[in-house]
Amino acid sequence: MSVAEDTLEKTSSQRDGSAVPTLVVENLKTHFFTRAGAVKAVDDVSFSVKAGEILGLAGESGSGKSITGFSVLGLIDPPGRIVSGAIRFNGEDLVTASPERLQDLRGNRIAMIFQDPMMTLNPVLRVDTQMIEAIQAHRKMDRKAARQRAYDALEMVGIPSPGERLNAYPHQLSGGMRQRVAIAIAFLNEPDLIIADEPTTALDVTIQAQILHEAQALCRRTGTAMIWITHDLAVVAGLADRIAVMYAGRIVETGQTDEVIDHPLHPYSVGLLGSVPSANKRGDRLNQIPGMTPSLIGLPSGCAFKARCPRADDHCDATPEVIEEMPGREIRCHHPHRQEAGA
Amino acid sequence: MSEFMIRRLLQSAIVILAMSAIVFFGVNVVGDPVDMLINPEADQADIEATIRALGLDRPIGEQYLFFLKGIWVGDFGKSFIFGQPALQLILQRMPATMELAFAALFLSIVIGIPLGLFAGLRPESNVSKGIMAGSIMGFSLPTFWVGLMMIIIFAVELGWLPSTGRGDTATFLGMTSSLFTLDGLSHVCLPAFNLALLKISLVVRLTRAGTREAVHQDYIKFARAKGLSSRRIVGVHLLKNILIPVVTVIGLEFGSLIAFSVVTETIFAWPGMGKLLIESILVLDRPVIVAYLMIIVALFVLINLVVDIVYSLLDPRVRLKDQGA
Repeated sequence: MSVAEDTLEKTSSQRDGSAVPTLVVENLKTHFFTRAGAVKAVDDVSFSVKAGEILGLAGESGSGKSITGFSVLGLIDPPGRIVSGAIRFNGEDLVTASPERLQDLRGNRIAMIFQDPMMTLNPVLRVDTQMIEAIQAHRKMDRKAARQRAYDALEMVGIPSPGERLNAYPHQLSGGMRQRVAIAIAFLNEPDLIIADEPTTALDVTIQAQILHEAQALCRRTGTAMIWITHDLAVVAGLADRIAVMYAGRIVETGQTDEVIDHPLHPYSVGLLGSVPSANKRGDRLNQIPGMTPSLIGLPSGCAFKARCPRADDHCDATPEVIEEMPGREIRCHHPHRQEAGA
Repeated sequence: MSEFMIRRLLQSAIVILAMSAIVFFGVNVVGDPVDMLINPEADQADIEATIRALGLDRPIGEQYLFFLKGIWVGDFGKSFIFGQPALQLILQRMPATMELAFAALFLSIVIGIPLGLFAGLRPESNVSKGIMAGSIMGFSLPTFWVGLMMIIIFAVELGWLPSTGRGDTATFLGMTSSLFTLDGLSHVCLPAFNLALLKISLVVRLTRAGTREAVHQDYIKFARAKGLSSRRIVGVHLLKNILIPVVTVIGLEFGSLIAFSVVTETIFAWPGMGKLLIESILVLDRPVIVAYLMIIVALFVLINLVVDIVYSLLDPRVRLKDQGA
């Protein structure tokens, strides 16, 4: 795939990251084999993330963005499995890696932050227990040193009086506080990659902004690569370096954040951006994308978006291939909104 | 916490008072003990004298008040048969019943929880399906029949284990129990397993249901994402959560273990309170029946209280509410 190489060339001079991207996903297919048929949750997805870079993975519910994240961690449970493709993490293929190797990488080199902070921390274990075990699972460190490390991590994510919070049970903390704890846990072992699965969706807007800011600053400082999964383009607009838009298990558009936000090429991206409420559209009706996300069982052949697309025609019955529109800019569409066409 | 305790104690007192009325009047309806007790050849004067001696000539209401007054000072009256205080008779038999109940409780935990965990973690495997089928049998087969079958197989046919009695006892830490001798342990095996069967099935099903629910929770997936070993995930993260309902139910069921030991004790000739109750019912020994029932009621009330306290210790969310109150 050329994504990795191109973006690498473009930005390796800007960042002092290693020559190899932290994560390269190539033609990943993760399917769920249910009684009703195979659900192609992730279908031929390719992308890459470099050290210190934040990739925004955007899409509606059910577009396969979370499953992509879980595939990288090796946390796909039956009836789902990775059917084909490669996930190369620092050059090592994770699809063929042993379960022991994956367990060793999880929480250590690759960490994950979940969507709902109310559900991710174990309700009957104290915060310090849940942090210390995450350290001791991966390195020999006595309890006292591990606790100190947990303390530092809480301080780093901006939690006031970390000592008290360590002794607290999750239910004694607010949602924002719990999500900070989850973020602190993710950073505990200084991972190379963090997958954040809509971590701010369940929080108030003010807390959301703080957490976005902190996550961004931490990535820049530690050189951690991050995949920020979200359904809200407004969130990733200010956060991510690059955006990949997913629809029905496929990435339909990738590019630098400002390019995708200012000049979306794929009709789906155009629709998604048009449906974001903003101050300069006050009083107007919000645009909607007509129809609903298609069922991933028995998806019709051709472009998955054709039934909802204003530009669809007979060409769209053939599955569009990935076109490299510009360096670092890729789309899967027969009729993109090209700039010369006045989109 | 203290307000909670006072309220609970008051509720308990009301429950015990209500039960005393039901038990006392209920037993009076069952039959007249005089017919059973007195020699059929005795003359009318002898009969009158006996009735007076037992206090049965008084109006029923007065008898009840007299009975309540007795309870207040721990006197449940004397057994018509043994001539000993009823309470003393029951307390003498209590250790035997308690050791049977504890042995059954122990079995239901050490057998029920692992089997339930396995069935919950691997719901599709044939072993799990076997466990669940077995638990349905445990629920459905009547205790007395299973007890008889166990005697036929293990005591009569195979001759591995004794079928009756309590065996040798030994004293350890001031408690005299058959659990402290090998012979006693061999005697307790069959009756304890018989008594535990229903509870094992219950614990298996509860543990499995809890496990099935918990494995899909985010905190388990998050624990996996932290790279924890599956041993720690199951042993700490999962078990601590599912143990909350399991402990509650096991605790509440402990009362019924004692109460249901009546059947098991009768089949295995176990010299406990249950066997005494059956014998007392057969001869209408009212004071013993009433005293037994009152003790069981008190035990249930006490167990409920203890379970509430243990529950709040296990679940930190409950603990906080208590502190706030």
